[in-house]
Amino acid sequence: MDFLNAIVVLMNFVIIPATAYGAQLALGALGVTLIYGILRFSNFAHGDTMAFGAMVTILFTWAFQAAGVSLGPLPTALLALPLGIVVTGALLVGTDRLVYRFYRQQKAKPVIFVIASLGVMFIMNGIVRFIIGVDDQRFADGERFIISARTFRDLTGLDEGLAFRTTQGLTIVVALIAVVLLFWFLGRTRTGKSMRAFSDNEDLALLSGINPERVVLITWLIVAALATTAGVLYGLDKSFKPFTYFQLLLPIFAAAIVGGLGNPIGAILGGFVIAFSEVGITYAFRRVVGYLLPEDMQPEGLLQLLSTDYKFAVSFGILLLVLLFKPTGIMKGKSV
Amino acid sequence: MMRPMETRHVLLFGFVAALFIGTGFVQSWNTALTIFNMGLISAIMALGVNMQWGYAGLFNVGVMGFVALGGLAAVLISMPPVETAWAAGGVRILIGLLLGAVTIIGAILIYTRMPPGRARTLTMLVVLIGGFFVFRAVFDGGVEAVESIDPASTGYLGGLGLPVLVAWPVGGLLAAGAAWLIGKTALGLRSDYLAIATLGIAEIIISILKNEDWLARGVKNVTGIPRPVPYEVDLQEAPWFLDLVTRLGADYVTFSSIFVKLCYAALFITVLAILIWLVEKAWNSPWGRMMRAIRDNEVSAAAMGKDVKARHLQVFVLASAICGLAGAMMTTLDSQLVPGTYIPLRFTFLVWVMVIVGGSGNNWGAVLGGFLIWWLWIQVEPLGLMLMQGVTAGMADGSWLREHLLDSAAYMRLFTMGLVLLLVLRFSPRGLIPER
Repeated sequence: MDFLNAIVVLMNFVIIPATAYGAQLALGALGVTLIYGILRFSNFAHGDTMAFGAMVTILFTWAFQAAGVSLGPLPTALLALPLGIVVTGALLVGTDRLVYRFYRQQKAKPVIFVIASLGVMFIMNGIVRFIIGVDDQRFADGERFIISARTFRDLTGLDEGLAFRTTQGLTIVVALIAVVLLFWFLGRTRTGKSMRAFSDNEDLALLSGINPERVVLITWLIVAALATTAGVLYGLDKSFKPFTYFQLLLPIFAAAIVGGLGNPIGAILGGFVIAFSEVGITYAFRRVVGYLLPEDMQPEGLLQLLSTDYKFAVSFGILLLVLLFKPTGIMKGKSV
Repeated sequence: MMRPMETRHVLLFGFVAALFIGTGFVQSWNTALTIFNMGLISAIMALGVNMQWGYAGLFNVGVMGFVALGGLAAVLISMPPVETAWAAGGVRILIGLLLGAVTIIGAILIYTRMPPGRARTLTMLVVLIGGFFVFRAVFDGGVEAVESIDPASTGYLGGLGLPVLVAWPVGGLLAAGAAWLIGKTALGLRSDYLAIATLGIAEIIISILKNEDWLARGVKNVTGIPRPVPYEVDLQEAPWFLDLVTRLGADYVTFSSIFVKLCYAALFITVLAILIWLVEKAWNSPWGRMMRAIRDNEVSAAAMGKDVKARHLQVFVLASAICGLAGAMMTTLDSQLVPGTYIPLRFTFLVWVMVIVGGSGNNWGAVLGGFLIWWLWIQVEPLGLMLMQGVTAGMADGSWLREHLLDSAAYMRLFTMGLVLLLVLRFSPRGLIPER
């Protein structure tokens, strides 16, 4: 029994939250890695793109809620998500036309793009705060739990409850669908293949008649979809606060680099590596170990490697290790 | 040594000077001097970033972290030591930190000295994990003891009780140390990696400052850092000062605060002048030419026998030290260390806007950008509010939209800074005072 209890505690506080968080990071990192593969720069505005997409979705959600439209047990935000994606896509394509295209024509150095993306970040940051403010916004509705802790305890008779929130289940399912769609698109469609060709060798792709502007346009649209989805899922799971989205930039970049920049499978893997390390290292394992050890050997401390305040230090530490020992990432990404 | 400035540049500096003098007449001289003092510090930060970006093409987005380390130096050097805390657990904390350092050095030695293979990995893991637990066992107890000593007013180890001016170079040293660590890992890789690594270290430095109460009281803030200049209350009682006030015919309360600000300004101007002299020397020296050669074409510079990575590391560390120095000066000016106020938009990206707008690769440009953008940053908020009041003037009082727009005027700053950055980058990428 104690062994089962230990597993339930572990599931409840480490495995399920880390899987959901990992899925959110993976979606974010996919966006970063796609931009890196096609447009060849690290987009610092990505966190704020996620915030913008989430904000638009929240506004539509509120409108739906006010109109009495709902999805029953599922959050209304799912219904608003496609609208959020459309608006974010329009914003990203507009930004590309106004800002990035000029530097592309100039064949500017990647670092100029990065600086331009800083400017875009400022502006998006301003827009989001201007429209929705800096405070926490909660927009989750519908059923809160798939399994609540009490139901689980009653069902199994264990001491520990296992809570599986709808948002966590939803995050995992939606992320899975998004990833399958993305890989189907990249692997099976003509446009997807031309994108991969463009990412692998730009000159060769141009020679074989691929229209670069079209590839770029489609990339931004996919990035908008990924970023908005990631932003909304994160907001549903935790809560929406513009500043936390800026802070997500570090784990997302870490995930993309750990996996190998420009490599989509790597981005997903990296997302989960970062999420599990972050949650695992900052979780206090006292209760888990308490169930496993006999009565007289109970641990005294919290058994927490690092306090949760240092969760960014975890992604940063992993990032440094990867840069030191394997700069191309786990799944061999672009050149160093 | 220094080439004469073009008329246009003199006019630009004249324009910025007019902005400050205008502020003095329209608002008050106190306000103008407050903005001016921070403008001086901003100019120093901009010099640091310009050294990295303009001289060497390195993209550092962790300025905030280096500035905060400078601030930490101000606390560690100038605050009086808390004897009881030292007695309770100070030595234990130091031993803990020492053990931690020994563990890391040991792991590095094992990695470099032992032949690659499973044996090396295992030994390294054992040393790292074992060392971590020993470190925590010693360190945690010390921290607990120190933080429990009168947490409402101290709860930290305090500083060395030295004059605060000593903290300025020390702040530079602390920042240089952190920069060396980052540069060693991230330089020599793609340019974006340095950006991401510096972004990370800045966040971590801030979270250490916020959470390690034994070091600098965390979010409880350290206040009352000793000043290098006289206090207003002392001035108001000093006969020579009152004599001066009567001779000038000024109000003695206002004038004492202006006088203090002028003292700070004199100190800062001295530092800025020395720095400008040094960086201009460096720019015109063979070293400066080599840095530009590396910046413009790394491959050919490497082919000429220049050690690109080592030179990058050198300039990165030097310039970060300048940012640390500026950070120590800022904390001295504020007389307090408030970790919660360190936000990347203000301390990293704003400095970047200063450099790009002023003119990357030109030290005078960076200084000009520092003053101009800082003035804008302060003044955009009231201007934005005025604009919003103009826009919403026609709306009904208390209408939802009007309230919202007025409340949101504060975020105009972010928007304006982003717009300025993008416009300058696009239409005048060389900045107001371009590189020669």
